[in-house]
Amino acid sequence: MFTKKILISAISALSLIFVSNVSFALSVEEQKGLDISMEAKKRDLGWQDSTADMLMLLRNKQGQESLREIKMKSLEVHDDGDKSLTIFNKPLDVKGTAFLSFSHPIESDEQWLLLPALKRVKRISSRNKSGPFMGSEFAFEDLSSFEVEKYSYKYLGVEEVNGLTNFKVEQYPVDENSGYTRRIVWLDTLEYRINKIDFYDRKDSLLKTLTFSSYKQYLAKHWRADSQEMINHQNGKSTELKWSNYDFKTGLTDSDFNRNSLKRAR
Amino acid sequence: MRDKLYNFVGNNPFWVILVCITFAMVAGMGAQKLEFKNDYRVFFSEENPQLTAFESMQKVYAKSDNVSFVVVPKGGNVFTAEHLAALKVLTKESWQVPYSTRVDSVTNFQYTYAEEDDMIVEDLVMSTKNLTSDKLDKIKQIAISEPLLVNKIISKTGHVSVVNVTVQLPGIDPMAETPQVATSVRAIQAQFLAEHPDVEVYLSGMIMMNTSFGEASISDGSTLIPLMFLVVIVTIGLLLRTITGTISTVLIIIMSIVTTMGLAGWLGFYLTGPSSSAPTMIMTLAVADCIHILTSMFYEMRQGADKRTAIVRSIKINLQPIFLTSITTAIGFLSMNFSDSPPFRDLGNLVAIGVMLAFVFSITIFPALLTVLPVRVKKQSEHKKDIMAKLADFVIAKRKALLPLTSVLIIASVMFIPNNELNDDFVKYFDETVPYRAATDYMQENLSGMMVVEISVKTGQSSGINNPKYLNSVSDFSDWLRARPETDHVNTITDTLKRLNKNMHGDDPSWYKLPDSQEMSAQYLLLYEMSLPYGLDLNNQLDVDKSSSRIVATFKNMTSNELINVEEDMIEWFAEHAPQYEVDFASPSLMFAHIGQRNIISMLIGTTLALILISILLGVALKSWRFGLISLLPNLAPAAIAFGLWGLLSAQVGLGLSVVIGMTLGIVVDDTVHFLSKYLHARRDKNASAKEAVHYAFDNVGRALWITTFVLVAGFTVLAQSSFKMNADMGFLTALTIFIALVVDFLFLPPLLILLDKSKNKASESSAVAVDAPIKKAIEAV
Repeated sequence: MFTKKILISAISALSLIFVSNVSFALSVEEQKGLDISMEAKKRDLGWQDSTADMLMLLRNKQGQESLREIKMKSLEVHDDGDKSLTIFNKPLDVKGTAFLSFSHPIESDEQWLLLPALKRVKRISSRNKSGPFMGSEFAFEDLSSFEVEKYSYKYLGVEEVNGLTNFKVEQYPVDENSGYTRRIVWLDTLEYRINKIDFYDRKDSLLKTLTFSSYKQYLAKHWRADSQEMINHQNGKSTELKWSNYDFKTGLTDSDFNRNSLKRAR
Repeated sequence: MRDKLYNFVGNNPFWVILVCITFAMVAGMGAQKLEFKNDYRVFFSEENPQLTAFESMQKVYAKSDNVSFVVVPKGGNVFTAEHLAALKVLTKESWQVPYSTRVDSVTNFQYTYAEEDDMIVEDLVMSTKNLTSDKLDKIKQIAISEPLLVNKIISKTGHVSVVNVTVQLPGIDPMAETPQVATSVRAIQAQFLAEHPDVEVYLSGMIMMNTSFGEASISDGSTLIPLMFLVVIVTIGLLLRTITGTISTVLIIIMSIVTTMGLAGWLGFYLTGPSSSAPTMIMTLAVADCIHILTSMFYEMRQGADKRTAIVRSIKINLQPIFLTSITTAIGFLSMNFSDSPPFRDLGNLVAIGVMLAFVFSITIFPALLTVLPVRVKKQSEHKKDIMAKLADFVIAKRKALLPLTSVLIIASVMFIPNNELNDDFVKYFDETVPYRAATDYMQENLSGMMVVEISVKTGQSSGINNPKYLNSVSDFSDWLRARPETDHVNTITDTLKRLNKNMHGDDPSWYKLPDSQEMSAQYLLLYEMSLPYGLDLNNQLDVDKSSSRIVATFKNMTSNELINVEEDMIEWFAEHAPQYEVDFASPSLMFAHIGQRNIISMLIGTTLALILISILLGVALKSWRFGLISLLPNLAPAAIAFGLWGLLSAQVGLGLSVVIGMTLGIVVDDTVHFLSKYLHARRDKNASAKEAVHYAFDNVGRALWITTFVLVAGFTVLAQSSFKMNADMGFLTALTIFIALVVDFLFLPPLLILLDKSKNKASESSAVAVDAPIKKAIEAV
């Protein structure tokens, strides 16, 4: 669902390794960047499905604040990007609005939205996922699931972040509709958790920095950060995400993630 | 004390020269620290209420500094496959502009439409490969009927379009950031033109305006200052016929300018459009001191004095009047400190410093130079003096006709003062030769004006903007605004919501109306926001809490007063129709519209204070309160007449002109001081009659007055050539005022003096006649 989350099938991972090794020669740095990313993904495989509550706190330069409350349900999908259901609780006037998304590594995501006020489900056809999510500093692409094929990679070295040794990997989005030219990701060398991401805009200037804190481990395997803070360096605004009530393997299935399930979404 | 000064200078000329030059050089090094501020915001003080309102609005929404590429296809049709392809390229390239955060064009407009239960959001122009004429026509129809685009991004007829780049300057190094953007934009323009020879591209927008402030001043500096030096050299060379005198004067001028600008650098001043005219003004004013000293010195030498004695005498005669005129000039310029606009305070302070420095240099290094350098005196041509004597005879003879005639002329011109209208149109700060002005004029003719007002309508409640009542108010207001003849464009969130409502109902045109529930609006916006690409979001229209929205209105070019009227109408509309919302109005246009008024009021206070101070000084110097009061007339009349004439000529008074009265006051006083002091000298010390005293004054200072006036008028006329209209108008009106001052002093003041003296001294008139003959002799001897 979000960057850190890993879910690609072993087959696609293998095929990727195969393709990358045979078809085109990657430089040492490129190969290492790819290896780290695949390792990070591999370590998080097998969570099946999850639910969590998200609190979104928006701040502008003037010091105004605004709150959003969201429930997220995700389903791990093999061979493809995962599926997610986002249910909005606050602000009250969007309560009950539900957003279903099938993410795909390369092609456009499939998206449906249930508008309770209209009592209709609308399919949204848009290649854009670089715009702000609910007016926040997060773009939808910052929140959608991490897939190895979405980027090409370059290993930049090792750096200390928050007292931990981190791999520093540069990622270049494959999708030309991405809002970024590149991202620089710091993952700690022990657990492959993402600690920090720098986002560079289309003219390659630093746009945003996302920092992760309060990591907790679930099911003795999956690491999730309780807090994520995105700071936009260009407009001075920031958005904080607070996660709670993480639950895994709750028994959600494909049938909870389709058009009809949207209407039942709570 | 005075003698000590002259003797020291005379005995140690080399030391004086060395010390002065060292001082000028050390001070002058500060000039390296001087930087030009490329930002229209410098015209506003930090406490300016319109600036504060604008800045807080920019913090809530997004900043609106921008660059507009105005793209004109020579074929007159934007909607051809080739041109749209070109626009797509330009749009993409524009994302590379430093600090850009948003790019709006016809091609990347986020077009939404319905297909059964699908909602499609995509660029209006996706691919230009297979565009049939049908498709092109459809794109055109969508574009020219979209309220967000028409008049702002695309002209009504589809013959011109704009690629608008919003930039967010970090403000860390403002002097570097604006030029950086301008350079990048121009490179994009040049490359685009090279690849598309059938297209014209103009550059407008706030960034280009800010850039033009700097560039206009630099081009002024490279043309006006050399021109000014030429005027000085030619004037002194021709009128005084002296090479040494000319060289020395030029040196004094250079030293005064260098020292002033250097001190400005040390003191942490920065340059702006208005304050960059300080060197030209200092140059003009510094010449006067030198002319007075040179004239007296040559007079002495022609009378047979040796050079040293001539210099000593000249300094002795001139020290007090030069000091007095320098002080009054400085006071006049210091009155600009009352201005609401910091650049004018800086200008006033810089020129005041420069004038006082010029005074110091002209009584120290100037005589020292004249002592050291060879000076030859040519046989005096009596020609000029004859003219002055003839003029004196004429004025005295025709005084009974002249006084009423000049009085009527003065009153008649004063009556045109109310013609003047306050107007600060920042586009017109630049003349037509400046590319920014040409681009903006073109934009005004073909799309929309540069007059923009941002209106923030606040509910004070989280998600309050989704309330149907609120949306209806905003929509009604937008409709009301659009119906006004001066409105070119209104950008409002209600248009987007109406379009979305239509899209959600299968593009049925009858659903092009506001959603009727809060939930529906909120959910539409949620949906829409999730489908928008980077940089094309709604954050420039909505605040984070969705408690307020911003309407951006673009108007045709109008005067400050008209804009203030529109603002008042808008305030009234909300008071009447939607009093429950707090509404803020802000924009650079409004800032400029209000500053003229604020500045005039504060400048009137400053000028009055300066006038009182100068009149007291004159009263003390002339040792007569009566003449201190009489001097008010010739001191005030010139500015009054000049503004009357301006009321006939142009009638547009802006920031630049509101400081002219204070500025010229200190200069025109000089003429009066010289004339009155000579007149009183004759009356008191030589016991001359009023007529004879007038004759004496003409003979003695007439020539010096017209030469200095010539230099001053020439100098400010040079400034009037500035491509920066603010400086040009200021220069022109100042030149006019100074010229009128001389006319007043020559044609109005003398008859007035004779008349006033007659009424006062009727009794003593007979005794005056008795001493007539010896005085005439005495006068001739001088």
